[in-house]
Amino acid sequence: MAVTSPAIAGAHQYLDAQVRWRTIEIVFWLATLLPFVVTPDYLVLASQIAVTALFALSLDLILGYAGIVSLGHAAFFGFGAYTAGLISKWGWGEPLTGLLISGLAAGLLGYLMSFIISRFRHLALIMITLGFGLLLHELANSASGITGGADGLQGVKMWPLFGAFKFDLYGRTAYWYALIVLFLLFLVSRRLINSPFGLSLRGIRENAVRMRAIGAESRSHIRKIYTISAIIAGVAGAILTQTTETVSLGVLDFQRSADILVILILGGAGRLYGGLIGAIIYMIARDWFSGVNPQYWYFPIGVLLIGVVLFLPNGILGGLAQIVNSERGQRCTGWLTAPLPWRRRP
Amino acid sequence: MITSVFGVLFDGFAYGMLLFLLSVGLSVTLGMMNFVNLAHCTFGMIGGYVTVTLMNSWGWPFLATLPVAFVVAALISVVFERTMFRRLYRATDLDQCLLTIGLVFVSVATAAWVYGTIQQPVQLPPYLRGSVQVMGLTLGVYRIFLIVFALVVTGLLVAALEFTRFGAQVRAAVDNQRMARGLGINVDGAFAITFALGSGLAGLGGALAIDIVGLDPSFALAFLVYVLIVVAVGGLGSIGGTFAAAMLLGISDMAGKYYFPAIGSFLIYLVMISLLMWRPAGIFGRRT
Repeated sequence: MAVTSPAIAGAHQYLDAQVRWRTIEIVFWLATLLPFVVTPDYLVLASQIAVTALFALSLDLILGYAGIVSLGHAAFFGFGAYTAGLISKWGWGEPLTGLLISGLAAGLLGYLMSFIISRFRHLALIMITLGFGLLLHELANSASGITGGADGLQGVKMWPLFGAFKFDLYGRTAYWYALIVLFLLFLVSRRLINSPFGLSLRGIRENAVRMRAIGAESRSHIRKIYTISAIIAGVAGAILTQTTETVSLGVLDFQRSADILVILILGGAGRLYGGLIGAIIYMIARDWFSGVNPQYWYFPIGVLLIGVVLFLPNGILGGLAQIVNSERGQRCTGWLTAPLPWRRRP
Repeated sequence: MITSVFGVLFDGFAYGMLLFLLSVGLSVTLGMMNFVNLAHCTFGMIGGYVTVTLMNSWGWPFLATLPVAFVVAALISVVFERTMFRRLYRATDLDQCLLTIGLVFVSVATAAWVYGTIQQPVQLPPYLRGSVQVMGLTLGVYRIFLIVFALVVTGLLVAALEFTRFGAQVRAAVDNQRMARGLGINVDGAFAITFALGSGLAGLGGALAIDIVGLDPSFALAFLVYVLIVVAVGGLGSIGGTFAAAMLLGISDMAGKYYFPAIGSFLIYLVMISLLMWRPAGIFGRRT
């Protein structure tokens, strides 16, 4: 075995500590089963939350960990959603293979995009992702022969899961399905983030120039994580299609890209659970306010955004971590409570 | 055929003028402070609603409402700048985007609550309605007015930037903020004034846009994309670049909608992405 320097040993120790499961994480995942028992009438909402959480997780991988700002991430969500819808419409309604194909299709699109994405930063990057999202939206709108345009895709019919569990009106199968996929992809992301690859992503987020200087190829890393993120976003979109058996143009909206950014920032970017917590709070709040005019709904969201940026720069989870640590009388414990470096201008 | 080409060019030119008024302020403030202000179109919307309110509730003539739209939008922008934006000058692009998009959401909801979600009607004075025949072309009087008005504003703006002391300070701050500070220029003060002027121009643009594109609460979001395209393509802090980009966008948008209605805005986004990939700093931009 090769001799490892203390620095590398320290990094491995750090990664090992991150990989260990904490009690609160186990409690969190057990709590996701509660809707089956406590609120069986709200399983449809619960499955929508799981889909949104998965989508937020995909954005977290690129925004929270690699520092790539995207204002058009709905492109991949929508691409996955339409792929899943079209596969089913063209006669293959098996959910799992449909999910796989949709994820891979979105991943392919993400891989192609990643060559562009990895070359830009700052305003140009924001504008390119925004423009790309709008482009895909227009494309789906114009190609109404295939996508149904503004009327949405009709005739999506899913076969029962494993040939046994039908997607019912109560969302029982839908929630199981969405939750299990979310959990599996969460495990993958967690493993990914706590690997040396994940660590170098954080390096890129904090100082891309220096990462290049110490020999880490940041562009290929960015391409990889962007592709993975696109796959996950595509899978999230596909689940939405399969559980609701319809696709509307809304899956590609700019609004959806903005919403998911809000959700992630609200929960706390750069923390795996940030997107999940944000999705739960946002979706439940929106369900409560669903009776009022949707345009009014943006008032509290806007106030929240302003408040988070001005007073809670690391989201709800970051704020909580700060409170917990100060209760314990601990000093700032490194990356958990320190303001994320990418939120400061170098 | 030829007349339709000229008709589209004329309409596109008028539309481009509108886009220029809406986006020039953002271009200059972005160039000075690198502050990504996605709420810029909110000031345009404020200007639009000021005009609508003054005309419909108070019976003011259309032209008299324009200066008020300018002043109100400028004043509100100063309040925002002093209380919120200035705290984020050194924050990242993302934080600036989030704060200002939050403001957009709040303004959209507030406008929907106060004015409802319907399109606001305005009744233009008779001398701005109808059309005139010029060499076989039918030109809308209001569009001619819009073009002349915007050209005058542009002329004033360019003159103010090129030939006054204040303009020289602004140009210095856009070129090199640190150097400008080092020379004793009050960059923050110059920025606050520029910000107010730019937002006022957006307010003016919003008021003038009502007759062309209508006014409803989604204005602040719908035009944001166009304004960002103009600014990103034109290059930060460049009046000439912004003007060229606004004309390009206005004319190609009109032409696209007229000749290829099926593809709609698709072409525009494609052109924008290609331009940005070719020159990330914009056509006339000097830095990213």
